[in-house]
Amino acid sequence: MAEAPKPSSSVKLVLLGEAAVGKSSLVLRFVNNDFQENKEPTIGAAFLTQKCNLPTRTIKFEIWDTAGQERFASLAPMYYRNAQAALVVYDITKPTSLVKARHWVAELQRQASPGIVIALVGNKLDLAGESQGASEEAEGEDGGDARKVSTEEAQSYAEEESLLFFETSAKTGHNVTEVFTAIANAIPETSLKSARGPGAAGNANRAGDEQRVNLSGPRDAGAKDGCAC
Amino acid sequence: MGQESDSSPEEQPPPLPPRPARSSSDANANAQALQGQATTAITPLDIQTLSFPDGTRGTFSTPNTRPVSTPGSGYTSPSRRPSNSGLEADDGASIMSFAPTMRPAGDIASLLTSSLSRKSAAWNSLKLQSNVQPFERHQRGAHDRLAEFENEFAPLPDETNEFFKDDERLALWRSKLKQYMILSSAGKPIWSRHGDLNLINSSIGVVQTIISFYEGSKNPLQGFTAGDTRFVVLTQGPLYFVAISKLGESDSQLRVQLEALYMQILSTLTLPSLTNIFANRPSTDLRKPLQGTEALLSSLADSFTKGSPSALLSSLECLKLRKTQRHSINNTFLKSRTDKLLYGLIVAGGKLVSVIRPRRHSLHPSDLQLIFNMLFESEGIKAGGGENWIPLCLPAFNNKGYLYMYVSFFEGVSGEQATAPAAAVGQPVDEEIAMILISADREAFFSLKQMRDDVAQQLAKNGSLAIIRDAARAGRPSMAQIAPGSPICHFLFKSRANVQFCMSALEPAFGQLVKRRRLMTAYHELHAATHAKNAHLKVLQCVSDDATSLAWLTPTFELYCIGGPNLSRAAMAQGANKIMQWIKREEQRLFIIGGGVF
Repeated sequence: MAEAPKPSSSVKLVLLGEAAVGKSSLVLRFVNNDFQENKEPTIGAAFLTQKCNLPTRTIKFEIWDTAGQERFASLAPMYYRNAQAALVVYDITKPTSLVKARHWVAELQRQASPGIVIALVGNKLDLAGESQGASEEAEGEDGGDARKVSTEEAQSYAEEESLLFFETSAKTGHNVTEVFTAIANAIPETSLKSARGPGAAGNANRAGDEQRVNLSGPRDAGAKDGCAC
Repeated sequence: MGQESDSSPEEQPPPLPPRPARSSSDANANAQALQGQATTAITPLDIQTLSFPDGTRGTFSTPNTRPVSTPGSGYTSPSRRPSNSGLEADDGASIMSFAPTMRPAGDIASLLTSSLSRKSAAWNSLKLQSNVQPFERHQRGAHDRLAEFENEFAPLPDETNEFFKDDERLALWRSKLKQYMILSSAGKPIWSRHGDLNLINSSIGVVQTIISFYEGSKNPLQGFTAGDTRFVVLTQGPLYFVAISKLGESDSQLRVQLEALYMQILSTLTLPSLTNIFANRPSTDLRKPLQGTEALLSSLADSFTKGSPSALLSSLECLKLRKTQRHSINNTFLKSRTDKLLYGLIVAGGKLVSVIRPRRHSLHPSDLQLIFNMLFESEGIKAGGGENWIPLCLPAFNNKGYLYMYVSFFEGVSGEQATAPAAAVGQPVDEEIAMILISADREAFFSLKQMRDDVAQQLAKNGSLAIIRDAARAGRPSMAQIAPGSPICHFLFKSRANVQFCMSALEPAFGQLVKRRRLMTAYHELHAATHAKNAHLKVLQCVSDDATSLAWLTPTFELYCIGGPNLSRAAMAQGANKIMQWIKREEQRLFIIGGGVF
């Protein structure tokens, strides 16, 4: 109850991308503002929540951080089904990871909900040698430039497919919050309305969704009630 | 393997000429031969005298009537020399073996009384030393294999490190006391605990050649010894598992460890999909489908190398709780159950707190071992925070398909917070509490999450969460609490009926890695001797110059205990009985008997 009640809504967001591009690290930075070197691979998927405050409303992200390994690919539809936003992550030092990212974008455009907001994110910017925005601290340690995917290449692809585009560093925190804020802003109002219904945030299972509404605790419930009237 | 071995003289390549000292192959052969003899030396009378009928506590105050026979020199093991502490002389073996087993206990007792009392002066002087901790006097220097154990888990320098040449890295690799390798029958490397696969590729080739030679002649290779190193091979379909140990574990113990690694692979892939992969393309590189599970294999392997009582005894450890407290936790758990649930577990620091399960299914320890390894030994899940939804196969339950596991670590006693961000990052591993809910339905995440929130809230409300937390923090009871005044420093107890074990606290005496390994090595030796084929041992006392150990096996339990050197049999037996009394008294708290069934 810290702040004045703003309309609040849940947004289901899924992270996709090749193994070891830094999906979990991005989430960890966004949710806990923390970073771990040599994090062990995610197994299956992790579910986390984080609020994002916009001037006019509060978005509560329900984040599905999926494992990037090939053997989990068959489970991905379960996570992106009914998702309102997706973060497709690649590693700027690894061109194959952008190829994989393109595959994910194509799959999302084909199979996910039509209005889904997709952001293409090139992670590990701290490994790029050139001065890119705010990554000054990082470039000191790593003398060489490990970048293998140019900003222009990824940017032009993102424009073609009308994706949001960011280059981030989960390690330094550069651009991480910006990605999520941009997604929050890009979610259409209409999609948020429906988000309050049982089917919305939705996923997977009907019973689960109904129950999940109770989960969000007194504060959210209050906010939602206020908004629904 | 062989080419580089000439270059650095200080390392120990496998095919060394036999040393003047007792080589382990000799010892193994002897052990086999002599164990047979030793078995006959153990009379059933031993058991009769040692086992106490229910309720008769403290009847063993006269030590002379409690002889524990020892096979003495009959039991040898690579790392343990025959005792020269003077105990051999009065070892009951010869007397006992001549004693007709049908005679009533009293006769034997009188026989022994005379032989023991003759030594009493020596005993008394030995007893003065009886507060020496075990393994204080272990050999140091060249003979102490564990001298380097501290570095066992240090990663090898990788290729980018220009201070190390390849053969130096190989030498480091070979200095590890324990190696595990997994390869396909086509010779493709799959996983190895130490050294990147490029570095040891030639060794893997050699291993593959040796194994497939024997496979080809329809006479599969089980294991072999080279110098002081034991190689054990396990073949599972298209996969070869190899354990290479200098730690003196028995073949069957190593094989159990290899089985566990196989189970981990099945848990990732399921048996049909593993079979499929190789049926279609025998030369498949399994590293790709297993990608991301290397850390799980490694943490599993490391727990064996450190010495895992759970793996040794193939059983689980429970958190010690009052019966009523556990009952109320079970009930809370059962009350919030959703119908999607197959198994529900609450686990604190690798110890089971509560389990609920359907009447017709039970959980297999080897499956739980995989889950506990994933949650508490490797960082993958804890580090991410949040809640996890993990497809996994529990091979002992059903190796054909996946189950889905919801995992969430508790953070804060409140239990109101639905998610547990950064759960347990700052907490010692022993105190982390997790709830694990397993379902066969891949879409059940949110109903299990709801269940978890309900249970967490209830547990917080009725104080159970705090009780669990306190019990986890209190840790295992110390020997001083269990059997005050007893010379025994540590024990392991397995309840066969419950497939659970308990043990006394490792700290302070065995808290360090090396000390702990010495203790576990002693347990492994006791276990190997009592579980050897044809060794129908019931009681075994083992004396060496750095520790005295006792194993006691009955159809319902196994007890292993370790004390300092030069402890008398009577003292050990008395200590063991004290432990048994304590366990009898605490049984309902130490073990989960039945659990919550729905």
